[in-house]
Amino acid sequence: MNFSARSPTPLAVLLFALAISALPVRADELQDIDRLLKQSQHAQALERVNQYLSQRPKDAKGRFIKGLILVEQNKVAEAIEVFTALARDYPELPEPYNNLAVLYAAQGQYEKARQQLEMSIRTHPSYATAYENLGDVYTKLASQAYDKALQFDSSNSAAKNKLSLIRDLISSNRLPRSSSAPSGTSTEPTPPSAARTAPAKSTETKVAAGQAKSGATKPAEKPARAQDGSGEEVLQTVLAWAGAWSKQNVETYLAFYAEDFKTPKGEARSEWEAVRRQRISGPKKIEVAVESPKVTLRDQNNAVVSFRQMYRSDNLNIKSSKTLVMVRSDGRWLIQQERGGG
Amino acid sequence: MSKRTLTCVLVAAITFGAPSTLSPAKGARFDVTADALLAAVYEEIVRGHLDVALRNIEGLIRVRPNFRLAHLIKGDLLLARARPINTIGAAPNVPEAHMEGLRAEAFARLRAYRERPPADRVPRYLLQLREDQKYAVVVDTRRSRLYLYQNDGGKPRFVADYYVSSGKNGPLKVREGDEKTPIGVYHVTASLPRNELSDFYGSGAFPINYPNEWDRIQGRNGHGIWLHGTPSNTYSRPPRSSNGCVVLANSDLDALARNLQIGVTPVIISEDVEWLSPEEWASERTSFGEQLEQWRADWESLDTERYLTHYSKDFSAPNQDLDSWSRHKRLVNGGKTWINVKVSNLSMFRDPGRDGLVLVSFDQEYRSNNLSNTVKKRQYWLHEDGRWRIVYEGTV
Repeated sequence: MNFSARSPTPLAVLLFALAISALPVRADELQDIDRLLKQSQHAQALERVNQYLSQRPKDAKGRFIKGLILVEQNKVAEAIEVFTALARDYPELPEPYNNLAVLYAAQGQYEKARQQLEMSIRTHPSYATAYENLGDVYTKLASQAYDKALQFDSSNSAAKNKLSLIRDLISSNRLPRSSSAPSGTSTEPTPPSAARTAPAKSTETKVAAGQAKSGATKPAEKPARAQDGSGEEVLQTVLAWAGAWSKQNVETYLAFYAEDFKTPKGEARSEWEAVRRQRISGPKKIEVAVESPKVTLRDQNNAVVSFRQMYRSDNLNIKSSKTLVMVRSDGRWLIQQERGGG
Repeated sequence: MSKRTLTCVLVAAITFGAPSTLSPAKGARFDVTADALLAAVYEEIVRGHLDVALRNIEGLIRVRPNFRLAHLIKGDLLLARARPINTIGAAPNVPEAHMEGLRAEAFARLRAYRERPPADRVPRYLLQLREDQKYAVVVDTRRSRLYLYQNDGGKPRFVADYYVSSGKNGPLKVREGDEKTPIGVYHVTASLPRNELSDFYGSGAFPINYPNEWDRIQGRNGHGIWLHGTPSNTYSRPPRSSNGCVVLANSDLDALARNLQIGVTPVIISEDVEWLSPEEWASERTSFGEQLEQWRADWESLDTERYLTHYSKDFSAPNQDLDSWSRHKRLVNGGKTWINVKVSNLSMFRDPGRDGLVLVSFDQEYRSNNLSNTVKKRQYWLHEDGRWRIVYEGTV
């Protein structure tokens, strides 16, 4: 029985951007290093980042990029060291935990991966990528438990799994970078200009932004889970919706609304859409986070999601409760009603 | 997240449709056994505390690292976090054949927990324990359960119960190699220590006397039916997995072994234990005791024909049938002026099989004008035509 054959879902990829607007930013130099990394000039990128860090040893973004370079160079132990130190110095950041989890998972250390992801989620309760990764890690842990239950010898397949995961990691990391167009498998038509070319200005929400950025290989709707009608699928949809909103990606955002969406004041759909376009593309930046979501599945095709919505733009900061009435149509969850503030 | 939904699905998967006929025992002893821990995990799942359930199952695995069922449930609890699951053993893409044994074990263990026999109920089979029989073992092959009873002044008192595995092909062994577990009244005949056995038998083995006299009369054969432990690579085996033996977890076998007396302790294997209230039990015991006493009195009376009415037309003794037995008794009794028969150390066990038998053993002290002897006697009484008759009689 092959372990990996039973768990086809690849573990979610590393996070490539660290969205911390509060930290001091040395945009130009880091952008250059990031570019080198994307061009697979790893040795040069490492040299530059080491130089950069010799001046600013505490710099989180620099250290984060260094970790990514080390991963690319397959220096996993060193990468783990970098991310571990980063998590220690900046315990409030979810990304280093997440990346540690991915690295541990690649080594088959799913229990450690789980701990890191749970830390990541504790730091940011609505952190979509971490949730998704955690789901995969739970599946892996479950597989290990099943192997013990069924007395399958998982030692061989675990070794195979490790290698293929690292390959997955590298290849999937290249995917979003190798071309300026989004991957064909993505359901989110992310414009190439979105996040990574301008990390200095990157102010997107940590919730869905992480997912969106690493997102070319992580469609919001996982086909594998499309039929099971789980609450998790609903939640993923809500997080993707918040992500599209945060990225001010109006078309993607509007695509989350069902054809028979009940507009809040009964206005015409076109009228409502026009207002939304203006509200969403107007601000310089928007962050939308979803906190304490609660999914109630009415049946296979109907769900209600309630959560705290944290909305922040350059001139507004609103925390409110929100309820989305969701309906599943053609395997996709869509918003039928939106109630509450926001 | 959708944890509540997942919880409900999981609970639905392991809650049994049919209401239990037996309510949980009140005040029954509950050791910290694997079953107790498993039951606690189940309770947490029912309450929706999947996190607590997972911690508990991990604790159980620490104590019993080879408990495959615990690993299975751990897998389910983890998988339930990633996606909905709808059965025990939700591992994807595993052939059903691999999973069904563990699933059956889960159901058997949880059912045993939910359907514990009421504390005051007595297995019908234990009509009378001999004074030196400190304990009695009763096995329920349908429930995969072994019950240990203590002899409390002749009355059985519940001590403990354990999960057991039995024959692949179910109960009612008839033939050598049929991979079935015999149904009947037996006793342990030996203790085979671990160092004389292969790893397969675990921490020890206790052969029982299958085929007994009645089995032989019925033409049943086969041999080597043991109570034994489990190999080192697993804590337990699926409910129906042995070649006919009754298999316990090693720790359970060790606990049981402390109470087994070689050549003495009865092992009664049933398909489905019948439980009696103390009143019903006392009434059956009294009425059967009276029947036996009538046989003894009729023998003493020297009315041979009356005495012979206690014997079935299908009666047999070693090398004798009813005719030769009757001729012999008439001949012997003809030369007697008096007979005195004393019955002591009596045990009476109802056979759980479908034949309606009671197995009686006692010390028989026989005195007469021209001969006296003391023997250990065994009789099988059969219920036929509305009364009990002896269908086999022999000495040990």
